[in-house]
Amino acid sequence: MIATMETLNDLDAPTKSAVIDLLYRLADDAIIIGHRGSEWTGFAPILEEDIAFSSMAQDDMGHALTFYQMLHELGEPDPDTNVFGRKLEQWKCASLVSLCSKRDWAKSLVRKYFYDVAESLRLESLAQGSLVPLAQLARKLSSEKKYHLMHGHMWMPRLGQGTDESHQLMQDAVDTLYPHALGMFESTGADDLLDQAGIFLREDELRKRWVAAVDKVLGESSLKINAKASPVYGGRSGKHPDDLATLLDGMQLVYKLDPSAKW
Amino acid sequence: MVIAIDPELNQLSKEECERRLETFEGRIARGDKVEPTDWMPQEYRNQLIRLIHVHANSEICGALPEGKWIPHAPSFKRKMALLAKVQDEVGHAQLLYRAAETLGASREQMIEDLISGKSKFSNVFHYPADIWTDVAIIAWLIDGAAIVNQMMMSDGSYGPYSRALKRICYEEAFHLKHGYEMVVTIAQGTKMQREMLQDSLDRWWPPIMMFHGPADKVSKHTSMLVQWGVKLKTNDEQRQQFLRQFVPKMLDLGLKIPDPNLRLDKETGDWLYTEPDWDEFKRVINGGGPVSGDRVATRKLAHEEGRWVREALSAAAANQPIPMPTMTV
Repeated sequence: MIATMETLNDLDAPTKSAVIDLLYRLADDAIIIGHRGSEWTGFAPILEEDIAFSSMAQDDMGHALTFYQMLHELGEPDPDTNVFGRKLEQWKCASLVSLCSKRDWAKSLVRKYFYDVAESLRLESLAQGSLVPLAQLARKLSSEKKYHLMHGHMWMPRLGQGTDESHQLMQDAVDTLYPHALGMFESTGADDLLDQAGIFLREDELRKRWVAAVDKVLGESSLKINAKASPVYGGRSGKHPDDLATLLDGMQLVYKLDPSAKW
Repeated sequence: MVIAIDPELNQLSKEECERRLETFEGRIARGDKVEPTDWMPQEYRNQLIRLIHVHANSEICGALPEGKWIPHAPSFKRKMALLAKVQDEVGHAQLLYRAAETLGASREQMIEDLISGKSKFSNVFHYPADIWTDVAIIAWLIDGAAIVNQMMMSDGSYGPYSRALKRICYEEAFHLKHGYEMVVTIAQGTKMQREMLQDSLDRWWPPIMMFHGPADKVSKHTSMLVQWGVKLKTNDEQRQQFLRQFVPKMLDLGLKIPDPNLRLDKETGDWLYTEPDWDEFKRVINGGGPVSGDRVATRKLAHEEGRWVREALSAAAANQPIPMPTMTV
């Protein structure tokens, strides 16, 4: 029987560390995918999609903010200091979200879809978990996330089956990004503790569910995944592609002029 | 630009044309809205398409100087607010292109005309946003100047444009708050921040003073637009309203307005100012501004690189309705 924890204060020290590790992964993925999404604002292939991508980017940033706020409640720095003042090696996001996809709509769309399926599964697991504040938060965020998934589900078959060119670009994007998507499920030292405390599913279980969901939708979109692909790991332990360093330099540019200033 | 030809117009007798024009002008005088299926003089249609097209272009090009700073916004609050604001501007472009479509212009053609440099966009978006504080000045003063113009135009005679503008003004009011709050925060900040803000104002002031268009004595479009209830105030009247609304607030914040001749005429309540350089204005809106070429090139690149997506969507729609895959998560 797993005990329900009504507040964050109910966490014992090791479980609290595991929750902090988990929240950083969730928050860092969400802010970086949101940032990547906002790179399309004013530049998307059609105006309606410009608006949709901007809107989803705001949701993702908003989700990140709520995770950082919870981290702050657990004794970590406030959200702005955490995002705008943190060094590259302290970030825990997966390489999937770190990769630059500017001017590559196929990669941006496939990446967002891969992320949204994973995020939905994570929120579903948290919503059923034993840590009440996180379960409540996850239920709230899920209600927005379902629209992101609908967006992905709308696009995959249209571009997967639209023209020969769109099919090829989408297949290339899937081939490039799939190993990075598997890297989202990199196991960390927190896996066992979170599972035993009934807070969150193990990463290998989430990965199984993610592969099944994605495989089905891509199949219906005439796109194939490479079942033998090896995951790209490292993000969860602070090893990142150069693209993330470039992103952070830009994101922290104004803040670093004077970290004590209010803008 | 593609202009819908009113097929009836050319087949009407002179008397019938005059009769219709009289009815049309009578309706406008009574404050009726003109709707897409109503008869309207070809010149009214042409002028509206020109205006709405330039307005839509301005929204979409206006997304670029601010959009450039979304990745660099220095806090969660600013990042999300700026993203939401720029998203609104793109949304306004979409609303406006749709309003122009009701007059017979096509969106694809309007975008082609923008990226080929055939159609214009607002003078202010031909200038670069070089530093973060430019974003604050743009959101406060350019959106402020735009609201003066758009509130006035939203009472105009063409129904679809008027309704689009009502909604746009509603959103612009939030932008103004966002801009003002940024300016106030920075104006109360460190010496470096205040210097950055003043630098932004110094560079943006001349283009902002040109925003409402040439002085009445040289503006060629104004009189007919006023007569047909499209434009209810002249350029100079709008400029004056903007100055009355914003100059006192700027002075309160300790900003120095870079015009030695700016002063209040106590008798009329008007602000007197140095006449803007209208030669610069003409040169800029005709593509000779500091970043005119970059703006058009960016829109062109976005349009061309997105072509495969639009083609795939058309193909998908033409083949068969594609059902959404079953959602399993």
